[in-house]
Amino acid sequence: MAKKAMNEGDMNSGGSNGRSREIATWRNKVGLAEMLKGGVIMDVTNAEQAKIAEEAGAVAVMALERVPADIRVEGGVARMADPDKIKEIQDAVSIPVMAKCRIGHFAEAQILEALGVDFIDESEVLTPADESFHVNKLLFKVPFVCGCRDLGEALRRIGEGAAMIRTKGEAGSGNVVEAVRHMRAVVGGIRRLQSLPAEELMTEAKNLGAPYDLVVEVARTGKLPVPNFSAGGIATPADASLVMQLGAESVFVGSGIFKSSDPGRRAKAIVEAVTRYDDPKALAEISRGLGEPMPGIDVRQLDEKQLLALRGW
Amino acid sequence: MAKKVGVLALQGDFERHLAALDECGAEGRVVRLPAELDGLDGFVIPGGESTTIGKLLVRFGLFGPLAALLKDGFPVYGSCAGLIVLAAEIAGYDQPGFRVFDLAVDRNAYGPQVESFEADLDAPALGPEPLRAVFIRAPVVTRAGSGVEVLARFEDRPVLVRQSRLLGSTFHPELTPDRRVHNYFLSIL
Repeated sequence: MAKKAMNEGDMNSGGSNGRSREIATWRNKVGLAEMLKGGVIMDVTNAEQAKIAEEAGAVAVMALERVPADIRVEGGVARMADPDKIKEIQDAVSIPVMAKCRIGHFAEAQILEALGVDFIDESEVLTPADESFHVNKLLFKVPFVCGCRDLGEALRRIGEGAAMIRTKGEAGSGNVVEAVRHMRAVVGGIRRLQSLPAEELMTEAKNLGAPYDLVVEVARTGKLPVPNFSAGGIATPADASLVMQLGAESVFVGSGIFKSSDPGRRAKAIVEAVTRYDDPKALAEISRGLGEPMPGIDVRQLDEKQLLALRGW
Repeated sequence: MAKKVGVLALQGDFERHLAALDECGAEGRVVRLPAELDGLDGFVIPGGESTTIGKLLVRFGLFGPLAALLKDGFPVYGSCAGLIVLAAEIAGYDQPGFRVFDLAVDRNAYGPQVESFEADLDAPALGPEPLRAVFIRAPVVTRAGSGVEVLARFEDRPVLVRQSRLLGSTFHPELTPDRRVHNYFLSIL
């Protein structure tokens, strides 16, 4: 191969004829999020569930100690999963494995990176470790996903280095109402930015509490600079279709699968629903005979202290 | 007349391929149903999760019709997961695939996501300029049959390969602004 003649970077190359690798670039991070589009990311708590998720067609699994519905019931401090648990799940599947760290808990994030997880979710589902500051995600090689309730929160997290955004919804509720509220807030916020004249964008950035450069970029492109997924309360194929039609590019399903009566079947159906989200006839077929969905909670009966979505700032 | 290229849109970064084809002056078409395979000049299987894409090909009835087209020499480009779905051998996994590209591939062979990387490639068939390539949990081609032309290598392994009218890359040209890989594919339709 006539490689050497054209290659000035060979001095640093470890390979015999290759050029040097530049690892964990921004394109690598956002690129993995791009690869997960049109898919379902499922919460799992052991190897057996992880295999069911992979078999159903999940694009990734989220390794957890307890699903959000159980965290809600059992209470106490919810922390990063045990490394043994994460290893068990990594060994069980070939698809990407994600794991959650507490908001602001950069030491948990460092450990998760050392464990080789493919994505870290800095998540409001766990008990926050810092009530003022999120993790500086730009310092890590591993990509991060963060939750948001509106456009300002999404852009703050992206400014800190999140390579994927998910609207929060209300985890462990089995109720899609908050997922809808948050997705509409993000998409509506983007539409509003697009309608503003350039001179109003600085004040809008101030009002949103968002980095000005990102506000300008979103006003110009009409979309977030990273993929935008939906989470928190999706329990049925119809829920998945709803959030996809509202602008989600993929969905996270937490308790909705393994708290239902037939997880394998429901998981498969939600995967199919995300692909065929805009085809009601296909969805009618996909939605048949799935057994009981998870019970669900009326979020209006929860008081503020019980709302996970209010964690994060 | 603009060439009509179908992009498999079951899961993955199909929108990036549609945008890339559009920039090359081709007419990209979303394909989710068997009927949408009619009247195409070529086809792209995008990046994504190969296990998910394989399963959905079977569940939505696209696997059979696509296999028949591939048998008749239909031009197909697979990037990353798309290449895995086309490969003759996938080491260690029993997952749906067309087994038409005379290659053996090892999935996620560079390690977990923190080992994902970019690098410049030499690809003389695409011109003298280095080709910037984004590798994401990429597969490695461990064997390429005698009918496979290697258009670029990285660290001695084939990363851009052609077999007659099949094209494959272990990296993601749809994520960079350089359109030479997509233009090359359009040139062999």
